[in-house]
Amino acid sequence: MLGEIGQVALILALLVSVLQAALPLAGAQRGVAPWMAVARPAAYAQLLLVGFAFVILTHGFVTQDFSLLYVAENSNSLLPVMYRYTAVWGAHEGSLLLWALILAAWTGAVARFSRSLPDTVIARVLGVMGLVSAGFLAFLIFTSNPFLRLLPAAAEGRDLNPLLQDPGMIIHPPMLYLGYVGFSVPFAFAIAALLDGKIDARWLRWTRPWTNVAWAFLTLGIALGSWWAYYELGWGGWWFWDPVENASFMPWLAGAALLHSQAVTEKRGSFRGWTLLLAIATFSLSLLGTFLVRSGVLTSVHAFAADPARGLFILIFLGIVVGGSLLLYALKAPSSEDAGKPFDLFSRETLLLANNLLLSTACAMVLLGTLYPLLADALELGKISVGPPYFALMFVLLMAPLVLLLPFGPITRWQREQVSKPLAMLLPWAGLAIALAVVAYFMAPQGPLKVAAGVLGAAWVLFGTARFVWTRVRSQSNGQRFTAEMLGMTLAHFGVAVFLVGALLTEGLTTQRELAVAKGQTVELGGYSFRFDGAAHSQGPNYEADRGTVTVFKDGKPFTVMHPEKRAYTSGGQVMTEAAIARGVTRDLYVALGEPLGEGSWALRVHIKPFVRWIWAGALLMMLGGFVTATDRRFRRVAEARNPLPANEPTPEPAR
Amino acid sequence: MNPVRRRRLLWVIALVVAAGIATTLVAMALQRNIAYLYTPAEVIRGEAGGQARFRLGGMVAADSFKRAPGSLDVTFRVTDGDAQMPVKYTGILPDLFREKQAVVATGRMEGGVFVAETILAKHDENYMPKEVADKMGMAHKKHDVAAPGGTSAAQEAK
Repeated sequence: MLGEIGQVALILALLVSVLQAALPLAGAQRGVAPWMAVARPAAYAQLLLVGFAFVILTHGFVTQDFSLLYVAENSNSLLPVMYRYTAVWGAHEGSLLLWALILAAWTGAVARFSRSLPDTVIARVLGVMGLVSAGFLAFLIFTSNPFLRLLPAAAEGRDLNPLLQDPGMIIHPPMLYLGYVGFSVPFAFAIAALLDGKIDARWLRWTRPWTNVAWAFLTLGIALGSWWAYYELGWGGWWFWDPVENASFMPWLAGAALLHSQAVTEKRGSFRGWTLLLAIATFSLSLLGTFLVRSGVLTSVHAFAADPARGLFILIFLGIVVGGSLLLYALKAPSSEDAGKPFDLFSRETLLLANNLLLSTACAMVLLGTLYPLLADALELGKISVGPPYFALMFVLLMAPLVLLLPFGPITRWQREQVSKPLAMLLPWAGLAIALAVVAYFMAPQGPLKVAAGVLGAAWVLFGTARFVWTRVRSQSNGQRFTAEMLGMTLAHFGVAVFLVGALLTEGLTTQRELAVAKGQTVELGGYSFRFDGAAHSQGPNYEADRGTVTVFKDGKPFTVMHPEKRAYTSGGQVMTEAAIARGVTRDLYVALGEPLGEGSWALRVHIKPFVRWIWAGALLMMLGGFVTATDRRFRRVAEARNPLPANEPTPEPAR
Repeated sequence: MNPVRRRRLLWVIALVVAAGIATTLVAMALQRNIAYLYTPAEVIRGEAGGQARFRLGGMVAADSFKRAPGSLDVTFRVTDGDAQMPVKYTGILPDLFREKQAVVATGRMEGGVFVAETILAKHDENYMPKEVADKMGMAHKKHDVAAPGGTSAAQEAK
């Protein structure tokens, strides 16, 4: 019975979202105030209905209602209670419902925190979001109904995929979706601005914190996914350039470009058309990501059901959203005479333009590599896959200039700057960074080039950003505040430095061995000795395991004891590797069991991964930067600043 | 030519050059890093001839898996129903590697044996990579082997 109520709630939510799209959009076009006024209550009603449906599905999981097909397929009576909650988004239908819920939540938040915007703008923004929501709810109801009945009810469920029975998986999808869906706000704003025919810097200022928050959530979601892959897949890798990872990485890159171009447009009025286009592109890439992941068209290390009807639906939806918004853009893009304040060749605008070009090219490169196998298949060129070396090479080529230019951005003035000034400020620090890199090159036991590049890039970004902070703090006595926006930027840029250390030093310095070990045998690696003390049988709540014991010695003294596991889940017989990791700031020890080789010996995989945690620490700093930026008080002064474009940014800020 | 026009022209030239370089680099990088998928029958027919490094897809043949005692050296055969191909691999196999399950191995031919660098098996036991399923569809029809899976309620890993 409850399942049917959930179903009805979803259908009502679809109707409400159609209402939320149609009336306010039409009302804004014709200037009918009562129609526009429908937007807010409809947004709240939709949130309530989708939230209700979500609660019912969760209830189905917690009470183990195996008469619901989706529950029966993704739960099991032995499943620990904590994972019953997260199993809700453990597969296709539920994660789409989560997507719809998060979209409804963002819509509700927009409705709540948009009092300062003109009625027509907010009506259009909510209307566009309603349109997106209608698309997703229709997708949910017509192709992926989570409330389908299974009659007669199954006696036992098939169990949640063991890979997902993990704390990291509890929050990874919601964070990722918060990011994906969050980009619908700048997207809706861009469409509203195009419909309205003018881009007001005040409204743009209002969208900036939303973009920052969405990007921060996406950063967190991707970092969690990478962390999970590292410890759960048992290969010790942290990024595989897998199509599904790429699907989340493309909107991240476009979103990072969008953050920067929004700042320029808001403060200087430049790049208006580009900012709108990026907002459209970022959300379109989020939708494309959903399409790639949900339709099963790509072969990936992640397994997905291939259901042609679903793929076709999303493809059509994607076509309507992308095609429609690009058409709108082509018809109503801001004209070039309205180009904002002029700027010289060397100015902060140019540097941010370079940032945008590099980030969007990187995004296009990832897109090409991800879609190339699909294109080749469609053109009958054969079944191919694009290897990680392609992505790695292209990415390094594109990111190197970005890292080089990064410290210049903040200390360069808007509009016009003499090249010599920032150069003089940064030259000593560049010298120091190069010196450190040379030292690192000769100290590195292996992979000296990667290590030196990592140290060089990280030191350069770190010193350059610190130099900016120092000049700003020093000039505070002249009445210039160190704003939350600047703090956020500083944190995010420090995050880039920390990430560079993690990524390049891990790649350069990782040592690993795979070998067959008998009980009592010792493996020597990177100054540590790993003694395999055999594997014993152990019993988990819904699995049986072989639990290995590895005693680690350093300089002959016992250092730690690690317990890698090989689990066999009772429900489906799926086998899972559970790696044991001894964490450390400067290195992780990583031990995973392979397969039993008979007579008590096992295949053992041992890695030493220096600085691997810095990868995620860097990502967390970037995330923090996004959140801190969003708190800037300036973004909330929309109503007060009534003067049109470019509003109350003080004249070109001297940076020192 | 007035200065504004000259500047514009320079910009355009710079853009064209940059785009040209970028396209060349991308094309080169792509060309060197794509790996085609073949089934054993196609390899034996010589269709993979020009490819030094490629992916071999199919099912692990029943009773073909052998391990050199006490080491990580394994051999097995990959079949598409029509033909079989011996495969050599040294290293830890994925958790879902099993006989009579789908597998995609990346590597190269060395004297009639496929030497694999990486082995992929899928997360879900009922799932077969779509491209392998496509390639094997014909063989399965001909030999009346159980049809490859791929439409079951697969679960999601990420």
